[in-house]
Amino acid sequence: MSLSNILDNLSRFRQDAESERYGHHDYEHRFGMAIDLDICIGCNACSTACYAENNLPVVGKDYFEQGQAMHWMRIERYWDDEELEHPERGASFIPMMCQQCGAATCEPVCPVAATYHTPDGLNAQVYNRCIGSRYCSNNCPFRVRYFNFWSFYESSWPEPLNQQLNPDLSVRDKGVMEKCTFCIQRIRVAKDSAAREERNMIDGDVITACAQACPTNAIVFGDTMDPTSQVSLAWKKHEVKRGPYTHKEAKSDEEIRGYRVFDELNVDPSVMYLERVRDSEV
Amino acid sequence: MSQVIQDKVIDENLKWSKINHDLIRTMETPGKMWWTAVLVCVAMVACAVAAEIYQYKYGLGSVGLNNPHMWDMYIATFVFWIGMSHAGTLLSAILHIIHAQWRKPIYRFAEAMTTFSLMTAGFFPMIHLGRVWNLYWVLPYVSDRGIWPNFRSPLVWDAFAISTYLSASALFLVIGMIPDMAVLRDHTKGWRKKVYGLMALGWRGDDRQWRNFRRTYMLMACFLIPLAISVHSIVSSDFAMSIMPGWHITSFPPYFVAGALYSGCAAIMTLFVVLRYFYRWEDYMTKNIMEKTCKLTFAIAMVWTYLNLIEFSSVWYGHNVYDKELLIDKATGPYAAVFWTMIICGMVAPFGLVFQSWRRHMPTMFVMSIVLQISMFTERWMIVAPTLSMSHAPHQWDILWGSVIEWAIVFGSFGWFSLLFLLFCKFLPAISTYEVKELCFHLKHEIEEEKREAEQKAKNTSAAGSQQPVSGSPGLEGA
Repeated sequence: MSLSNILDNLSRFRQDAESERYGHHDYEHRFGMAIDLDICIGCNACSTACYAENNLPVVGKDYFEQGQAMHWMRIERYWDDEELEHPERGASFIPMMCQQCGAATCEPVCPVAATYHTPDGLNAQVYNRCIGSRYCSNNCPFRVRYFNFWSFYESSWPEPLNQQLNPDLSVRDKGVMEKCTFCIQRIRVAKDSAAREERNMIDGDVITACAQACPTNAIVFGDTMDPTSQVSLAWKKHEVKRGPYTHKEAKSDEEIRGYRVFDELNVDPSVMYLERVRDSEV
Repeated sequence: MSQVIQDKVIDENLKWSKINHDLIRTMETPGKMWWTAVLVCVAMVACAVAAEIYQYKYGLGSVGLNNPHMWDMYIATFVFWIGMSHAGTLLSAILHIIHAQWRKPIYRFAEAMTTFSLMTAGFFPMIHLGRVWNLYWVLPYVSDRGIWPNFRSPLVWDAFAISTYLSASALFLVIGMIPDMAVLRDHTKGWRKKVYGLMALGWRGDDRQWRNFRRTYMLMACFLIPLAISVHSIVSSDFAMSIMPGWHITSFPPYFVAGALYSGCAAIMTLFVVLRYFYRWEDYMTKNIMEKTCKLTFAIAMVWTYLNLIEFSSVWYGHNVYDKELLIDKATGPYAAVFWTMIICGMVAPFGLVFQSWRRHMPTMFVMSIVLQISMFTERWMIVAPTLSMSHAPHQWDILWGSVIEWAIVFGSFGWFSLLFLLFCKFLPAISTYEVKELCFHLKHEIEEEKREAEQKAKNTSAAGSQQPVSGSPGLEGA
């Protein structure tokens, strides 16, 4: 059993390594996102929805200040230099969550393979397998992996708040790494119902909690392998492609705003952002 | 100058019975000093155990870790102890192979240090796990579900490398002690005699046994050298295999090995002075040997400095924005004090070893070795912490100085190491008597040889004979 297991894995590994395609998976889907920062108003609704959907513990002020918060979806704020000619009014912000990288840096370093790539193009995190070495988080340039430093569940949902926990996924105890899953429980449900109805998944079958909650529809979620999906169209329109970073390819039009965060690190993120149009540019 | 020439590695006229006696007297009923030291160490370990129990119960948040700082002092201390373990291999295996005789009186405790510092280091990867009770998942045991560890992960390589190195170095230590065990067996009574008798493995000291012993020892030495180098290279892969600025550096493996030898030599110097003073082993741990250790340390320090400068300059001229900013921030940011401590203690302080009067002054050397150790500790800290504090994502920049729990465990690890070493000094021979005897024998032989040569030369010149003088150094094998 075990030997054949090793040999199977080895031959698959060789196949992957020798294939010329970038990335080495036989994907069924590749879920991705497009986030328009110009529409985003930084209201944190996505973050709140994420807390509700994914049983994220509210850690409280003290732990938050220690940097131990569990916000899978966070709104990062940046302030412009005051000395700029046209400094931004207020903060610039960017919703940041796990980018479900195609060549994820977190995956090869996990000693027990608790994080791996699914055929859906997601970085899955297997809570039960995780031993908490935290190497994945150390190797994540986006710093979007969150570790259960304490048994947060003990205090986060006092009775009767525990009644509002989402039954579709677990509540995590201390010592386990977790991160944005692109609402994998919703993807599962959509896949199952599509299978029951004996059809393929279509665009709109799945919508993540953050995309659903966004009041301005800044977040578009879908399968980037489906050429007709909204997200594919957006990627195409803004000339962002899967695969390795090629910064030499200039965009056909300066108005095109698509980019991926830390693309130059060659991690192949699945989230495309659209640059904010600044006051000075209008 | 004349002082140096007359100064010998060891007095060749040492009586063998005196050597035996000098070893055995240190292993007699422990005195007040020993018990005090043990108590202090036990107290230190108790601090760490209490901290670990708290951390186990409440989670790693008590260590003060947070999102950018997923690793901190635990990993830095782990690298520090692993590094220290390289000294023993350097002295007992590398110097053995290149026939450096002066290593003989001091290699045993260095070798013990290797084993004990590995035993200390081994705790840290376990302590820092979130779910330590699932530690065995890192091992490739046969599971009925066909689940294996991720062989691509440097942490799995660590598990293999460290366990191999620990078992090999412990075996090397035990094998190297066989002739000494026989001496102890013959000179002790009671339970000690039984234990030493078992460990001596029926050693009688006949020719066949010596031949086999030497062969085994040499084989183990050859096996251990690549192992030691690969271990620290693999530990460096924990960092070099990642993509983080300040970690993803090609020169990390040699840099880590150099740092390891450096801290190991510094630790040897510390223990050298301590043992020399408390056990009154001036006959064995001579100033000459200290000088040679110092010279070796200086050479390694320069290699380390060079590799450090290479790293800085390649970052500086590489113009990778993340790396460069991190380097500037290390030197000028919140960690600047620690960074400059590392530079001054590790790159500037070793130049003190250039002065002969310093090298021969034991208290100075004690202070010097501590200074070098501090540099090595801060070096590991500066590898781990700043990268996490100032990595790619500026939103997640932060500073971490660690909590009481963390420092208590780091503090306790020193207690644990010292405790093991104190026990070693009382129960196992901290000096290799048979190699000291061998050294004396060789020196005597050499001196006689020289004398004979001189005589012959005188004869030859007076007789203007055609005979060639006997040349070549005496063989080093056999004793």
